Amino acid sequence: MAGGDDLKLLGAWASPFVTRVKIALALKGLSFEYVEEDLRNKSELLLASNPVQKKVPVLIHNGKPICESHIILQYIDEAFSGTGPSLLPTEPHDRAVARFWATYIDDKSMRGKTEEEKTEGIKKTLGAVETLEGALRDCSKGEGLFFGGDSMGLIDVSLGSLLSWLKATEVMSGAKIFDPIKTPLLAAWIERFSEFDVAKAALPDVDRLVEFSKKMKQAAAAAAAAASEN
Amino acid sequence: MEKEPKGDDGGDLKLLGLTVSPFVIRVRMVLQMKAVSYRYIEQDLFIKSDLLVTSNPVHKKVPVLIHGGRPVCESSAIMEYVDEVWAASTTGASILPADPYERATARFWAAYADSKLLPAWVGIMWAATEEERTEKVDETLAAIGRLEEAFGECSNGKAFFAGDSVGYLDLVLGSQLLWFGVLRKMFGVVVIDDDAGSKTPLLASWAKQFVETDMAKEVVPDVDTAVEYLKKLQAHRPGSTVTQLLS
Repeated sequence: MAGGDDLKLLGAWASPFVTRVKIALALKGLSFEYVEEDLRNKSELLLASNPVQKKVPVLIHNGKPICESHIILQYIDEAFSGTGPSLLPTEPHDRAVARFWATYIDDKSMRGKTEEEKTEGIKKTLGAVETLEGALRDCSKGEGLFFGGDSMGLIDVSLGSLLSWLKATEVMSGAKIFDPIKTPLLAAWIERFSEFDVAKAALPDVDRLVEFSKKMKQAAAAAAAAASEN
Repeated sequence: MEKEPKGDDGGDLKLLGLTVSPFVIRVRMVLQMKAVSYRYIEQDLFIKSDLLVTSNPVHKKVPVLIHGGRPVCESSAIMEYVDEVWAASTTGASILPADPYERATARFWAAYADSKLLPAWVGIMWAATEEERTEKVDETLAAIGRLEEAFGECSNGKAFFAGDSVGYLDLVLGSQLLWFGVLRKMFGVVVIDDDAGSKTPLLASWAKQFVETDMAKEVVPDVDTAVEYLKKLQAHRPGSTVTQLLS
């Protein structure tokens, strides 16, 4: 790691966007201080570092904050270009394709709050998964190892960071999102990705996420009930 | 207007677009800045062409840049692609600064302009009730207020967000100016106020300089063209989403 670089990551354990940054930092071999935020009681540091959105993740590099996970990933790749592997390929067209799929994954990452939104969300997710199977075939030149070709890259990190939530969704909804018959390359990619040390260290525990999600649902239902009694 | 296609490596260059779309305008401006020739093909978004559908099968949206037969989709990806491929162009410096932190700042505010400002003003045009319209106007003004502050921080007293010349963030926000003109003309809504006592004096001065640039004059259609397009959409597609409207 480059000498004199102070890296701090403000995050929340359940956030896939935070997981994404953790994985990218680990891939580059960069050490950082992790600060877990209580999102119901945000720290002064978080509010000062991200006054516009007040969200995690925020990466603070030598005191300067960078916000938005996809922007943080590109920043890490550029600021530490000499350290560890590159997240983006070198060829401009390949880079454009990587950026395209990273944006696609981000757009599909929005989770619904209501049951209706969630059902719609599952349908959209399944559609997206089929599209991503095709993307993996193209990007990996048919091998299916990584979206990044020979090694893990931006798309692998972007999608991989969602894995715990996707598995938790499978548990809660009963829907099979990654069917080895319909999407064989992706199903194999998930197995492989989940085995990497960087993934194991960064991805939250699926059972813990399921519990967390149930509690959030209960709290939301209670709040709605209380509001309707007024 | 067709131009002789001429890529840097001899590969031909085509752009599928919609002249009034901010996402297309910003890409055309980058191509203009780099003095790159390309064949522009206006698309009918109501009846999508085979070329559009095969070039962008995932979204079927514009803009799509087709270079040597290979499509590049998503305006932000296209802008960075053009910047990288024609980096050696003597007529145009990079649209992104060299420093990674400054690049992140430009990308942050560009994402903000597209995810917070743009949907808000589109919402003004599609609002079903007065209440909804007022809400969207408030959101738009709040977002432009943030960008006014950002301009103060980014520009260091210079003409553009990127300094002396137009850069990535200037293009992303500047490509929306055409529609601010439509909002003023059709809805009486003023997004960037250039009167005395304006809440956005810095952006007012920036906007004036932006529309005077060669590439804005070359690429941006007049407000009436946009007004006509909006009327067409209102007649055919009430309640369209942002993406149906402009890409």
